[in-house]
Parts: sequence; structure tokens; C-alpha cells
Amino acid sequence: MDGDDILHLHDRTPGVRHDEPTADFLTYTAGLVFAVVLTIMSFAVAGTSLLWGPGIPVGLIVLAFAQIGVHLVFFLHMGTGPDHTNNIIALAFGMLICFLVITGSIWIMANLNNNMMQMPMR
Amino acid sequence: MSVVSLADVAPHHVAPGRGGGGPASTRIVVAYGFWIFLLSDIILFAGLFAAYAVLSGNAAGGPTGRELFDLRTAFIETMCLLVSSYTAGLGILSIEKQRPDLFYVFAGLTFLLGAAFLFIEISEFAGMIREGAGPSKSGFLSAFFTLVGTHGAHVTAGLLWLVYMTAQVFVKGLRSHVRQRLLCFSLFWHALDIVWVGVFTLVYLMGGR
Repeated sequence: MDGDDILHLHDRTPGVRHDEPTADFLTYTAGLVFAVVLTIMSFAVAGTSLLWGPGIPVGLIVLAFAQIGVHLVFFLHMGTGPDHTNNIIALAFGMLICFLVITGSIWIMANLNNNMMQMPMR
Repeated sequence: MSVVSLADVAPHHVAPGRGGGGPASTRIVVAYGFWIFLLSDIILFAGLFAAYAVLSGNAAGGPTGRELFDLRTAFIETMCLLVSSYTAGLGILSIEKQRPDLFYVFAGLTFLLGAAFLFIEISEFAGMIREGAGPSKSGFLSAFFTLVGTHGAHVTAGLLWLVYMTAQVFVKGLRSHVRQRLLCFSLFWHALDIVWVGVFTLVYLMGGR
């Protein structure tokens, strides 16, 4: 136990150790590089006329999910370690609710629009 | 009847996990609780995303996304937020390395980049309202201002929290509860960046094409 450790001994919550690293410089930098590359790809895909138009939204959604994955792994440090099991389960549940809310809303409203009676205004 | 204390079962320096080796460390429990809050916040945004996706076609004769959105501005905003997320992570790293001097530098960079993001967003909003494309113009614009405005409000709250945490580091030093709050702040800031990935993809890239 070095001097610094003794200095901080009195203001430590039980169970917390001094030397618990979460990540290193390389993790964050790799995450930044991946995220920047994916962002530039997204904007390039959206601005190009080389790709088949109807396919572009699908490509954008795939790139967005890839970037969210990069953020989760490199910035939020979601891992496969035993300490992460609960975090991953909570994330999976959150994603399920988001999926239900978003696709459910789009589906139901598209259905309503289809079945709406034509107004005699126009 | 024999009582076996947790310290007998597993020494403290073994990472427990799944409750097997005794209670998890405070840091893991705090991060987990805050993670649950962040997920509930993301579900709130899911509702706003759903509203935007449903209403984005209802321009009511007003301007559409294609006329309003400037992809170059959106790209600059995205980069500001992304790099601020990176500097926030480096700030946490310098806290762990017991380097408050480096933390102040990274906290300052994070604040500047976040404030730049917010400034660009507010001037974009102001420009749209000046052109008569305010939130009351159409269902599309109501949903747009609600979704992007809620994200902006979160960024504002994050900036205030960052100032508060920097003051705490300055006054209280790197105590363990200050470090835990900083960890929560960094989780919050990274989660805002994740929401922004959804915003720029759905709103700006798909709507502004």
C-alpha cells in the first residue's frame, strides 16, 4: 500500500478498490476512429447519387446500428465479462421496448392511414 | 449453525459477477443503476422517434426536410458531439490515473465542444423559426422540434452537470463518490451521443436527402 492509497483510505466507499481500470487510451481512440469513419460513410451514402435510391435508407440504418454498437463497446465498455451480464440483459430489454414502440407506432399509423375514409374536401 | 462470511468465500480482489463471490463493488452497482436510468431515457427518445417517423411526411403544405436541413451543418454538429464524447472518456481516464490537471483540460474541451454543438443547434432553430418554419407550422415540424429539442435539453443539462462536477473535483478532490458521479456523467454523455446517431440518421440523412 503506497502513500497515496493511505491518503484516500478514509474517503472510500466499501467495496471500491483504487486500481479498477475501466478502459485505456487505445480503446477510446479506436472507438473515435471507428465512429468517425462510420459517420463519414453515413453522410457520403446520403449525399451520393451513385447508389440505388431505395436502398439508401436501409444502408443508413445499418450504418447507424454499427455506430451505436461501436459506441456501446468502445465508449460505454459493454463487454462479455461476468460484471456485464446484468448490463447486457438491461440493454436487451431496453432495445426490445424501443423496437416495440417505434415499429408498433409506424405499423399502426400506416394501417390507419390506409384505412382512413377519403375526406370530401379535395 | 455455522456462519460463513462473504470474505471467507472469496477474497475481495476477485471480480465477483453474478453474485457468486459476494456483492459486486459499489462502482459496478452505481453504474448499473445509472445504466437502467439511461435506458429509460432512451425509451423516452424511442417515443419521440416514433412520433417523428409517423409525422415526418405531414408537412401540411409547409417546408419539408429536404428544403430545411443542411447536411453540412448536421455533419459539423455530429463531429462536435462525437469528439466531445471522446474527450469526456479521456477525462474519466485521467481521473483514474489520478491526474486532475489533465481532467480539467479534457473537461474544458468537452464543455467547449458541447457548447459549440448547442450553439449550432440553437442558431439552426432560430433560422427555421425566422423563415416561418416554427413548431406550430406542421406536424412534421412539431415532431422535429420536440425530438431535436429534447436532445438539446439533455445536452444543456449535461453541460451544467459537467460544470458542477468540475467544481466538485476542484473543491473535494478525487474522492470515490466524486469519481462515481463523474463515471455517471460520462455514461450520460456517451448515451446522448448514441441518441444523436439516431437523430442524424433518421432526421437529417433520411429527411434531408
